[in-house]
Amino acid sequence: MKRALALNRHLVQRIGFTGITLMAVFTVIPIVAVVIYILVQGGPAISGEFITGFPHDGMRAGGILPAIVGTLYLTLGTAVFSVPLGIAAAIYLSEYAADTPLTRTIRIAIINLAGIPSVVYGLFGLGLFVLFLKFGTSILAASLTLSIMTLPVIISTAEESLRSVPQGFRTVSISLGATRWQTIRRIVLKEALPGIITGVILGLERAAGETAPILFTGAAFFLPRLPHSPFDATMALPYHLFVISTQVPEMPIKIQYGTALVLLVFVLTMNLVATAIRSRARAKRQW
Amino acid sequence: MEKSLNWREFIITRLIKASGYSAILFVALIFIFLVREGVPTFVEVDFKSLTNIRWYPIEDYFGILPLITGSLIVTIGATLVAVPFGIGTAVYISEIAPRWMREVLKPLVELLGGLPSVVLGFLGILVISPYVRVFLDLPTGLTALTGSLLLGGIAVPTVVSVAEDALDAVPRAYREGAWALGATRWQTIWRVTLPAAKSGVLTGVMLGIGRAIGETMTVMMVTGNAPVLALKLGSLFSPVRTMTATIAAEMGEVANGSTHYHVLFFIGMVLFLISLGVNVAASSMVFRAKKRAERILS
Repeated sequence: MKRALALNRHLVQRIGFTGITLMAVFTVIPIVAVVIYILVQGGPAISGEFITGFPHDGMRAGGILPAIVGTLYLTLGTAVFSVPLGIAAAIYLSEYAADTPLTRTIRIAIINLAGIPSVVYGLFGLGLFVLFLKFGTSILAASLTLSIMTLPVIISTAEESLRSVPQGFRTVSISLGATRWQTIRRIVLKEALPGIITGVILGLERAAGETAPILFTGAAFFLPRLPHSPFDATMALPYHLFVISTQVPEMPIKIQYGTALVLLVFVLTMNLVATAIRSRARAKRQW
Repeated sequence: MEKSLNWREFIITRLIKASGYSAILFVALIFIFLVREGVPTFVEVDFKSLTNIRWYPIEDYFGILPLITGSLIVTIGATLVAVPFGIGTAVYISEIAPRWMREVLKPLVELLGGLPSVVLGFLGILVISPYVRVFLDLPTGLTALTGSLLLGGIAVPTVVSVAEDALDAVPRAYREGAWALGATRWQTIWRVTLPAAKSGVLTGVMLGIGRAIGETMTVMMVTGNAPVLALKLGSLFSPVRTMTATIAAEMGEVANGSTHYHVLFFIGMVLFLISLGVNVAASSMVFRAKKRAERILS
């Protein structure tokens, strides 16, 4: 009886482990499949002209240069606002803030910013930047909207990275006569840099792939030229993919997959760079 | 020299503090602008019309019930997908997988979190919806179910990363205690580790649901965009229209300041409040769990 029970336990374990493993496998396979499928289907569309040319024939032929350049501009524009602000906020939370109700409010605010639906950011950007501040549908308005959206990612990863710098580093620096800011700038920030860069890239990766926040704040359906100033609207890869896969009838499938591929490569490269920086820093870390 | 250094330090410290507070400012600004543009709805549309079952803005029918039920049904479907697969993957990564496997799986799941939702929507249209249509013998593959499947995938990384952190944080002594008492690894996972990590796992699930409700592009592309009241299980197999998709699809075409414009902002306000509720609930759950752990350990 006891023996049967024991056997039973191990059988249950085996069934349980198999089930859980299968679940993990079924979670991972589609991810790999998506990437491979788009690489295979989109590969043939990639050519010099596709990357460096303008779309023509109602976007059914030619290249996607304006969308690529637009996404670059938006990503850089987002970085200009969100990187300094995000890192400064992380420094505040990690190095200055005491555990007060105010600090807790800041944390709750950051958690909420992370949870707000992307399309609500779009509404907010339309209300504040496009209409109230009269920036119009522009790279500026879209970048500002995207940077507020990416702030929580940057703040939380940067803070985590700053906090992982051992307290002893700060104590030694201060005891040698450095001021608090000197300690932060020369010691803490230097040590935490790889983690911060990882957070920044992950945040910007999100910004580069988002569509909903730029729908009403800066995205253009079609532009025959590249944007000249931050006050111009711009094409962008994610929005372009949305447009050509739902709004343009008789769109050649090859161009759709090609656009998806370029967007995917853009985003995946950022992801890989971020992951590589993080794991290299972890391997090199001596404390 | 000494003096100028002090000044610089003073200014920098102020700037850093101001940046720290900026998160509160942004949440407040977002809420203020949603309210500013959304509240006129109450003046322009009477409550009865707002809770009607018809959404047809061109003829001034602003019933948001179909949109709410659309969001609900898609989100419930997504939860049914994301919870088992998310928690299963988290358990696998944290408790079962060998070390090298963890190093492969974690970045892969993170990668899923980073895939642009528009790419998933695009594949949903071209790859998944034809399968849904043929397998289930439906007139169209663009249904709530298609949206649920994809949204489930989008919510999985959130569930996995939060739940995995929670499982990882369970002290090793708990497991060792269970093993010492003769429990198998499976019994330990099921009866000790998972219950100990319960609040963290639940937080992950809630944040995943929050992610699913707020997702826009994928659902707009694959759910067929029909604002029909979805109350029965059968609605899962027909086109629906979510709150997020409605805003994204219609905001570009409305005149600023019109009733339609205000109603769309009102929907945004509802979404904001939902995500606020989910996040506050999730973070208070973590906070309470931490308090309890401190009490037990002290």
